[in-house]
Amino acid sequence: MEPILFTLFGAIAVGGALLVVTRKNPMSAALSLIMSLFAVAALFVLRQAHFLAAIQVIVYAGAVVVLFIFVIMLINVPENRLPIEKPTVYRLLGVVAAGLLMIEGGLASRNFSAPATAVGEVGSVEAVGHALFTDYLFAFEVTSVLLLAAVVGATVLAKKKI
Amino acid sequence: MMGPSAYLILSGILFAIGAIGVVARKNALIILMSVELMLNGVNVAFVAVGSYMGDPTGGIFAFMVMTVAAAEAAVGLSILIAIYRLKETIDITELSVLKW
Repeated sequence: MEPILFTLFGAIAVGGALLVVTRKNPMSAALSLIMSLFAVAALFVLRQAHFLAAIQVIVYAGAVVVLFIFVIMLINVPENRLPIEKPTVYRLLGVVAAGLLMIEGGLASRNFSAPATAVGEVGSVEAVGHALFTDYLFAFEVTSVLLLAAVVGATVLAKKKI
Repeated sequence: MMGPSAYLILSGILFAIGAIGVVARKNALIILMSVELMLNGVNVAFVAVGSYMGDPTGGIFAFMVMTVAAAEAAVGLSILIAIYRLKETIDITELSVLKW
């Protein structure tokens, strides 16, 4: 069952990602981004990471993309004033760089094999919460400082006069 | 039972598509979205390897990446709004004040 679902949701994720990169209208790109993020959440469920799948939907699709859509509507660039996307040398360079990244990644993960031990419930709320509040407590607390800095920074940047 | 390579390859594809978007597009909003795609591709690798190794650390890393992505989106978009107020454009080729 897993290969079928992996192929399905993997194809949706890649298709959504391609639409994000190719759409001219930022609103279509944002909605394609939601599609891709939801498919990745489904892949997390396939890997038994239920907590992260829920967080993916709530934080990414529910907060980050809504923020994007909010900004798209707020600045509301008219269709004829969107940047003109002509094929440039940068597009070619982008594809070449992406190809090189893929080859490098393929070479690096070629010999990767997981141990054959039985996989426990490593992605459940209980397992993640236990790891988060024991081994990674400091990182978790530092995260709150990061979020505070982001809130202060966003508020200052959004002022009328910087 | 599938091996982890399929997930790693998918993660690489998502990351590469995001990288194409960052390099090739001119719309600053879409560049920010492509950065989110790249971070999300990395998360796929973290979660897959973590679950195959039977170790919750992969999930914790993905959690931290999501936090950073949310903070980055908030700050990046407010910078974009400030730029749009000043310059009335979101075309990155027109924003060349710092270019020598």
